[in-house]
Amino acid sequence: MRISPKKSQIIAKTLIWAVAVIVILLLIFIMAYILVKGLPTLSWQFLSEVPRDMGRSGGILSTIVSTLLVTVVAVVVATPLGVGTAFYLTEYTREGRVTRIIRFCAGALAAIPSIVYGLFGFIFFVIYLKLGWSVISGGLTLGVMILPTIIRTSEDAIRAVHPMYRDVSYSLGGTKWQTIVGAVAPSALPGIITGVILGIGRCVAETAAVILTAGSALRMPTSLFSPARTMAVHFYILAREGISMERAYGTAALLIVFILIINVAANILLNKFVAKGR
Amino acid sequence: MDNRAKINIKNLNFYYHDHQAIKDVSLDIKYNEIYAIFGPANSGTTTILKAINRMCDLIPGTRTEGEILLDGKDIRSPDFNITELRRRVGIVFEEPVPLPMSIFDNIAYGPRMSGIKNKVVLAERVENSLRMAVLWDEVKDKLHSPALRLSGGQQQRLCIARILALEPEVIMLDRPCAALDPISTFQIEESLKLLKERFTIIIVPHNIQQAARVADRAGFMLMGTLVEEGDTDQMFVNPREQKTSDYITGRFG
Ligand SMILES: Nc1ncnc2c1ncn2[C@@H]1O[C@H](COP(=O)(O)OP(=O)(O)OP(=O)(O)O)[C@@H](O)[C@H]1O
Ligand SMILES: [Mg+2]
Repeated sequence: MRISPKKSQIIAKTLIWAVAVIVILLLIFIMAYILVKGLPTLSWQFLSEVPRDMGRSGGILSTIVSTLLVTVVAVVVATPLGVGTAFYLTEYTREGRVTRIIRFCAGALAAIPSIVYGLFGFIFFVIYLKLGWSVISGGLTLGVMILPTIIRTSEDAIRAVHPMYRDVSYSLGGTKWQTIVGAVAPSALPGIITGVILGIGRCVAETAAVILTAGSALRMPTSLFSPARTMAVHFYILAREGISMERAYGTAALLIVFILIINVAANILLNKFVAKGR
Repeated sequence: MDNRAKINIKNLNFYYHDHQAIKDVSLDIKYNEIYAIFGPANSGTTTILKAINRMCDLIPGTRTEGEILLDGKDIRSPDFNITELRRRVGIVFEEPVPLPMSIFDNIAYGPRMSGIKNKVVLAERVENSLRMAVLWDEVKDKLHSPALRLSGGQQQRLCIARILALEPEVIMLDRPCAALDPISTFQIEESLKLLKERFTIIIVPHNIQQAARVADRAGFMLMGTLVEEGDTDQMFVNPREQKTSDYITGRFG
């Protein structure tokens, strides 16, 4: 049977709509489910006290602090490296074998499951560099993990900069460095920040790689070399060992709230920044 | 008018990979004159401008042969500072491209990169340049709004102002009035005639009438070769070459 172009158009549209609606509903359902189950647990005490009795009572303050520390270490390490690599690849080299190899490696690294990063971090940072299960080991491991994402998104952002901006800057007597800092980087910044935020999201949500490198100690970390348990790990352990489903949902809900806040804040920042130039 | 040459171009050949875009061109541009380089599409006018301040060095696979002298010094010798060259010989591209920042910052971009930080000096430069480019009255109340919001014609004048702010010695303009209405075109042309007191100007005009109106001398380019050059008074009335006369009278191109 033949379908007229008009009919096939209608069918295609309906299908695409249906898929979009299903996906959105699914997302909303998951979020709502966790928030409904978890938000009632959230209280000032839950946020401001350290866990007691393996997490059965008390709060989750130490895991919030651990998450923050580990993520900050990862971002502080990965952002300059990743953004630097992206600028090197786009501005300082001609396309060739070297760039292809670097790009291939970054692509391959991005596809590796996080537990492999965990294993690498365990062997390299925890054992070989003798950093032990610690904030720093976890942070560095996560940094390595998000590096490919940051490189890729930054590179895309830099390539998307209007090619004439470079010419304009050079024609006004700019040096290469001035051109990169003054004309290329500001235009690429929104894209670069998006990449970093994606990275932050992955750090905050990661379990496998952190459990192997930062450990799962519930004590409040006192330095970069203390072992730490992040919120995601805490949530995983609470749920898996059947310690307290209620508190697991509470932690998960808080994680979701954090990620929402990061995204919204980043969006506002970006809009402000972009509006300045347009 | 000073009769010494500001720029000497001697036997210039220019290649994009295998394609030769400039073929053995020699010409002199004198101090404080307006020199028009004109010709039909693809004759190499843009390329010659980009060769003069070495913007074409940025395009991979290009090759330059011959000599270009600025005040008698070879601009391609290794000890000629290339950023300084571009400051001294400014170019306004055919396509106006404001940077995604405010009007003020666009104009102050060049001076800032040359190391000027003093706010008063910068503000002065910005105002003077905008006045010379006949844009000041239209933008004086919104200097800090984004330059991308300007109209096409305003953007073109912004790009002219941006070069003027460098206080260059030579200004090269590639079809500076392509997006302008007749009134702005007239104003820019009048402004150029004043500016030549202070600068040497090379212009790729957007038509022959414009060359005749503003230029002291002109060179006619065809397929990368310089067919003829001379005083505009003489050249447009009584060209020496058949090809020039054909082009001027609109018989081809
Ligand atoms: N980046 C480039 N790579 C390869 N060839 C180029 C490049 N730029 C210009 N050309 C070629 O060089 C020749 C001269 O180009 P140019 O841009 O100088 O011409 P033009 O006189 O400015 O033309 P128009 O009047 O259209 O602006 C053309 O044949 C063009 O195709
Ligand atoms: Mg051109």
